[in-house]
Amino acid sequence: MERVSTELVKRPHVENFIRWAKDRPEVVVLSADLTNSCEVGQWRDTYPDRFFSMGMAEQNMMGVAAGMAREGLVPFIHTFSVFIYRRAYDQLAMSIAYPNLKVRFFGFLPGIVTPGGVTHQAIEDVAIMRAVPNMTILETGDATEVESVLDASHGVDGPCYVRFLRGEMPRLFPQSEPMEIGKARVLSSGSDVAILTAGITTEEAMRASDYLARQGIAVRHLHISTHKPFDDPQVLAAVQECEHGVVTLENHLITGGLGTAVSELMTDHGIGKRLIRLGLNDTYAHGASLPYLLDEYGLDAKALVAAVGTLMGRELKVTDADIAATRQDSAASDAKAEAL
Amino acid sequence: MASDAPTALANDDWLACAQRMAERMRVRGFDYVMRNDGGYLSQICSSAEIFSYLYTRGLNIGGSIAPLVPEPFAGNPGADNPGYTNGGLYNGPRTPDFDRFYFSPAHYALVLYVALIECGRLSEEALEAFNKDGSKVELIGAEHSPGVESTTGSLGQALSQAIGVAMARRHRDEAGNVWVMMSDGEFQEGQTWEAIQCASHYKLGNLAAIVDVNAQQCDGPMEGVMTVEPLAQRIRAFGGEAVDIDGHDMAAMDAAFKTRAPDRPLFILARTDPTRGVPLMNERPVLHYLRFGSHEERARYQAAFEQLKAESAAWNG
Repeated sequence: MERVSTELVKRPHVENFIRWAKDRPEVVVLSADLTNSCEVGQWRDTYPDRFFSMGMAEQNMMGVAAGMAREGLVPFIHTFSVFIYRRAYDQLAMSIAYPNLKVRFFGFLPGIVTPGGVTHQAIEDVAIMRAVPNMTILETGDATEVESVLDASHGVDGPCYVRFLRGEMPRLFPQSEPMEIGKARVLSSGSDVAILTAGITTEEAMRASDYLARQGIAVRHLHISTHKPFDDPQVLAAVQECEHGVVTLENHLITGGLGTAVSELMTDHGIGKRLIRLGLNDTYAHGASLPYLLDEYGLDAKALVAAVGTLMGRELKVTDADIAATRQDSAASDAKAEAL
Repeated sequence: MASDAPTALANDDWLACAQRMAERMRVRGFDYVMRNDGGYLSQICSSAEIFSYLYTRGLNIGGSIAPLVPEPFAGNPGADNPGYTNGGLYNGPRTPDFDRFYFSPAHYALVLYVALIECGRLSEEALEAFNKDGSKVELIGAEHSPGVESTTGSLGQALSQAIGVAMARRHRDEAGNVWVMMSDGEFQEGQTWEAIQCASHYKLGNLAAIVDVNAQQCDGPMEGVMTVEPLAQRIRAFGGEAVDIDGHDMAAMDAAFKTRAPDRPLFILARTDPTRGVPLMNERPVLHYLRFGSHEERARYQAAFEQLKAESAAWNG
């Protein structure tokens, strides 16, 4: 497995999005009273005539974005994920997705990255969005993906939902390797167990990789950045070729998200292997720090190691010290909590 | 005097012409409700003048660029359907100077279809496909249906879309206005008030809505279901301009449109009679959708239709 730098990057979206939008006059931003919280305050100040404050009125914001898209603008909605798919679902589906309009939904605070509690934690967004025809779904896992998702998604001539990261984040992947739609990153190429992760859980899995290697277990670890369409042949190959089974680890409910997508893929192809889905299991979370919640709900490196052990028929007694020994400097727990 | 005469005559012409069109719309719409063994008849009765006004006078649009007889349904919008065509093509090309028309209460589709027929944008044969399997001429239109710009069967969504269109057009300094045809029940939706708040905040003087205030909804009279009155005051309180008019008086619609302010969205509240032309409907407690309870009732409506048809023929000369 290629080791990557452990550089920490602060707010990569701020400057990058301003640069990217400079020569794209069709790009406009809509915000529902979460402008600085979604890191577009400086964008607003740079391009005031292309920034539209919508207030706390998400249903109307969806329709406005639809109307703008019909006239050839490309609206980039910036708000918290929960307010996109929970609060304005009918508008999202009928005003934007049905007519296949080119609108970007930049959804902040995916899963349990926020201490803001259940009202702010988007734990079923991928499940909901996967059920929306015409929708493309992407997820960012580091600074490189936050930067390159703009280019990656721009070619999609239809609605695109992005699970977005903000604040301080690691750069796990080299800048020379931007996100590509429909293409997983192969982070290790063993054939004992396939591990599929997305978003912040990739870093957790990377924390466990050295430990697993020391145990003599060869994993094939794929980082998924495209949830829909879910047709990457590398993913199919990984689940076909692994000897002992598959583990998915997602910052989301295990219902309807990555684990479900993998189970559907395996069923469709008649792959009769065990699949262990790690993630929130039919539960809401609550307001607490990310490391605390990762541990509480079994979404961390330790839970992943235990699941791999289950598939291998071995009891892997991993301790915090084992993981800490391989812990990267870029641990998300070091990132300062963002204002809500 | 001579130089003024053509304009005055032209103005008289449009009004008389539009009045005849509204009457013909009622007859044609009623005919298809009977053929369909029921349907949205009260909406035709209430809003015929609204659609007639829009297509003869209100909308500044070009000629239809769609076939007179719609092609069969050819799939939904999507990346795998590049040949998809939008029903808005019946309202002409989307040029910078022309108006855009957003049709909100999609269950009024038959009224829109008959309006398109009466103003020559759609062939009368097109209605043979009304509510038939595999047809675009659907009972509750979507954006493949003739004249339908966006999919608004989930009520209260068109106004926000029209606001986005109006904002984009102002952003590009386009001259054309944006019109929305709405129903009064949509003012029960929270989204409508979010939208008025937004149109007011952005001072959208290029946006005009004409509302069929027939005071009826699915469950019955709105005053018993959930009142939206006093509607004009509520809209004004949200920063919009609102004008109450007789919804069967198209000269009043035209006068109301001319009063619009450059910095406020205009709402023309057309107060209408949902049984206009079909007084038999006054016997019904609920007007939303006409469904015949018996052969006898159907026969009475058939007789009412024949009567309206005869009156209209006499009136139209």
